Amino acid sequence: MNRKRVLAVLAATSLFALVGCGSASGTGGSGPGGRATPPNEKMLTALGSGEGQVNVIAWAGYAEDGSDDPTVDWVHPFESQTGCKVNVKIANTSDEMVQLMHTGQYDVVSASGDATLRLVYGGDVAPVNTSLVPNYATIFSFLKDRAWNSVKVNGKTQMYGIPHGWGANLLMWNSKTVTPAPTSWGAVFDANSPYKGKVTAYDSPIYIADAALYLMKTQPALGIKDPYSLDQKQFDAAVALLKTQRTLVGEYWSDYTKEVQAFESGTSVIGTTWQVIANLIQGDKKADVEAIVPTEGSTGWSDTWMISSKSQHPNCAYMWMNWIVSPKVNAEVANWFGEAPAQELACQQPDMASVCQTYHAADQAYSNDIWYWTTPTTDCLDGRTNVKCVPYSQWTQAWTEIKG
Amino acid sequence: MSVAASRPRAKAIGRPRLRLLGLLSLPGLWLVVAYLGSLAAMFATAFWTTDDFTGNIVRTFTTTNFSTLIHESVYWHIALRSLGVAAAVTVVDACIAFPIAFYMAKVARPRVRQAMVVLVLTPLWASYLVKAYAWRVMLGDNGVIGWALRPIGLHGPGYGLLATTITLAYLWLPYMILPIYAGLERVPDSLLEASSDLGASAGRTLRSIVLPLAYPAIVAGSIFTFSLSLGDYIAVKIVGGASQLFANVIYDNVITADNLPFAAAAATFPVVVMVVYLVLVRRTGALDNL
Repeated sequence: MNRKRVLAVLAATSLFALVGCGSASGTGGSGPGGRATPPNEKMLTALGSGEGQVNVIAWAGYAEDGSDDPTVDWVHPFESQTGCKVNVKIANTSDEMVQLMHTGQYDVVSASGDATLRLVYGGDVAPVNTSLVPNYATIFSFLKDRAWNSVKVNGKTQMYGIPHGWGANLLMWNSKTVTPAPTSWGAVFDANSPYKGKVTAYDSPIYIADAALYLMKTQPALGIKDPYSLDQKQFDAAVALLKTQRTLVGEYWSDYTKEVQAFESGTSVIGTTWQVIANLIQGDKKADVEAIVPTEGSTGWSDTWMISSKSQHPNCAYMWMNWIVSPKVNAEVANWFGEAPAQELACQQPDMASVCQTYHAADQAYSNDIWYWTTPTTDCLDGRTNVKCVPYSQWTQAWTEIKG
Repeated sequence: MSVAASRPRAKAIGRPRLRLLGLLSLPGLWLVVAYLGSLAAMFATAFWTTDDFTGNIVRTFTTTNFSTLIHESVYWHIALRSLGVAAAVTVVDACIAFPIAFYMAKVARPRVRQAMVVLVLTPLWASYLVKAYAWRVMLGDNGVIGWALRPIGLHGPGYGLLATTITLAYLWLPYMILPIYAGLERVPDSLLEASSDLGASAGRTLRSIVLPLAYPAIVAGSIFTFSLSLGDYIAVKIVGGASQLFANVIYDNVITADNLPFAAAAATFPVVVMVVYLVLVRRTGALDNL
């Protein structure tokens, strides 16, 4: 290693030390994990003409180009209207999204709440100039300036993305084999389940929160107030529950097509799911499935389109963000994916009133009852200051251990 | 040219060397920089760590990753399981490959032999994923294997380690057949004839003549099947049910945990295993059979 490299490494190390000191002394201290302000990334101030393409990281079902269903296509109309070719990369988990955004090769990402702040504080995404996104004005106001999509910078709340939509993780079962129909998450945690070997669960550390939510409702003695804010004892209880569940699980899924196939072939008959997966299986008609929000409530997601701080195609990226929350397209996405649209005017599209009713789109109280994916940090998110909570890095370690 | 001509000695010695250097420099550069260099970079990364929250790499020296790997029993279990699967795949492949290779090398007529070499190689032309998913369908609840076993009152193996072993054994079988076939072809027929002339039974000839001579070739094949199985993370995701192997730990740490330093630390395990394996088999002469 030559001298320059040594100096560079030293400089980098001391920079990290400085960041560490900054958070330890708690200057500002409004961010999670004691982080004061996110790295200063430049915000676009004026929109130019498109760069010809845009690289999109999306959840399955968020950027449909007609290949799943010829009538479901909002990518091609965007391409012909703006001249920006859309290159879609489907990500299966929030962690995968963060990892992909680290590469700096993508322009926009549909990040859930357990990815957003990691991206913001990692310097991977830039603040979003909402005045360049005309459709932002009519987004439901209860989705703006929230903890997972904005950061206070110098006393002013800065949006880091455009809200896309939200919904709950569901309990799905094969209605032919699973009787009586379950109403509780207990169906996937019961050690004596008759469906042993045919239970499925989402293959991501964030799924630990689903166990925590179940414990929160069934074992009040543990004192869980927020499934993403677990002290060691609460965390261990959730992990123990999942280790029990591991004996029931036939296979885990993170690739949504795998879950579709597993339910259609009878490999899985009950487990956690997304509405879009239930829709796909019901559409294929190879298996009869039902999906509900169980009595304990659900974890869920609230997604935000964010723009990379290293975006090579920022203009196309802004055009995409504006497009995806335009009333018609946001309605189409919400309908296809099975979630509440973020765009208020989407609910006034033809046939959308019932969809918005089903997913409680305008229902702020209902929305408050869903435990949105959030990144667990050492500082407890539920406001406790007398204990340390288990940070996400240990969630990932525990997940390996649960699978064994 | 003119420089070389003015110095006869350089012409005699220097030019062939220069030519050799020119010939080897590009592959050599590839070997050192891209191949060994990336291994070294991986090993260096293993001593870094990541920021708990943002997942950014923190470049300060620490051995935490290795101590986690050593002190958490779960990684030992996964490591042993992976070694077991790799060993099982190797044994299954050797048992299936030997008779086929023997038939190809010693029994079949030249035209049949050629056809069999083509047949053995054909599956390599199909995509890995297509073959793995085909096994997923066959091993599934309504798959052909369960269907075939039902009349005799048995169930299919379902998804799990057994299914993973079957799938991997299928995938890597050609890599076992070909070295054994090549090894057996080099065994002179006269030795087999001499053995039987001296009164040895077919079994005795196999035990005392064929197997010892083919052993290095079998070990050479095992290097492929063992290392390919040890590094595989896809088949177990497709047919392994809820089980995970060591390569999944590496994959999960890259993709889902975004923890490259820990993944790098974990990746040293298969590297070490393979180095030990190669050192052990070096004595058998297997490396000359590759």
